[in-house]
Amino acid sequence: MSVLAGVRTVRIIVTLKPGVLDAPGQAILKGLAALGHDGVRTVHAGRYFEIELEGDERLDERVREMCEGFLANTLIEQYRYEIV
Amino acid sequence: MKGTRRIQGVARVNIGIVVFPGSNCDADTYHAIRDVLAQHAQYVWHEERSLDGLDAVILPGGFSYGDYLRAGAIAATSPAVRALRPYIAAGGLVLGICNGFQTLLEAGLLPGAMQPNLGGRFRCEFVHVRTERVDTPFTCGFAPGDVLRIPIAHAEGRYIIDSTGRPALAAHRQVVFRYCDARGNVTPAANPNGAEDGIAGISSPSGAVLGLMPHPERASEELVGGTSGLRIFSSLVLWITTGRRLSMQPVEVH
Repeated sequence: MSVLAGVRTVRIIVTLKPGVLDAPGQAILKGLAALGHDGVRTVHAGRYFEIELEGDERLDERVREMCEGFLANTLIEQYRYEIV
Repeated sequence: MKGTRRIQGVARVNIGIVVFPGSNCDADTYHAIRDVLAQHAQYVWHEERSLDGLDAVILPGGFSYGDYLRAGAIAATSPAVRALRPYIAAGGLVLGICNGFQTLLEAGLLPGAMQPNLGGRFRCEFVHVRTERVDTPFTCGFAPGDVLRIPIAHAEGRYIIDSTGRPALAAHRQVVFRYCDARGNVTPAANPNGAEDGIAGISSPSGAVLGLMPHPERASEELVGGTSGLRIFSSLVLWITTGRRLSMQPVEVH
């Protein structure tokens, strides 16, 4: 039996690509400043997904397919993930 | 006219309006097609797998699936939207309005993406748009440069396209509407959301698929402030009833 078999948890973070205007991030930055949090230079907003799925040899590939085809719009977003 | 119905002896075009959980402009669109233009309109549930027999399909405005993930992203996975690809390849015509436009982008049926409006506000107001292309089924009743006054209602309407897609968009004359002032000048002040190049609506290269952010169904009767929007629907009816053909095959759908 493969070491990858069994239920695995994947943690995925999707953020905007560098250079794409991050309107939510900028609004949150203003909010932090309004609350008196000085010295905050940048805020990058994004999305977090935690997925449990049956693991197999193609796990990495399957996660990338999920990210590229659906969870991230790769025209404007980038993703990273860890399998735990 | 493959889907034409005869109602009381008169031929009518047959237009399907796809309904998603969270659609909210479906009834207004139905009203414009059926009650104002006296054509045949029918609702198509998003789980429908076949679009056969429809002269055109409209993806209406709204907040499909609560705009979860990204506006239009989950609607793009529905059976009805997945059925659009073969429908278009077979010569079908598709109009996406607001959330319907966002869905067409997410489905990869039109190029580019939507971002939140510059300024962070939900904009709900009348705007002007200039017609940039008239050889599409949705603008065949227009003259080049015609200015329409149609309302927008969106939070994510800042159209963008990457540097690889941009040249193709221009080469295939895919920009159909641009935000402008009342006299037709495309200016930054007339752009309500920061969309690239003032883009309010784009089509596929052949013109068979059109997506636009303004809501033509909300400008289809004088009672609600104008009939500029109705001209888009009446162009579509004109196109179908006069048996016009696209000048190129809609093979661009990948």
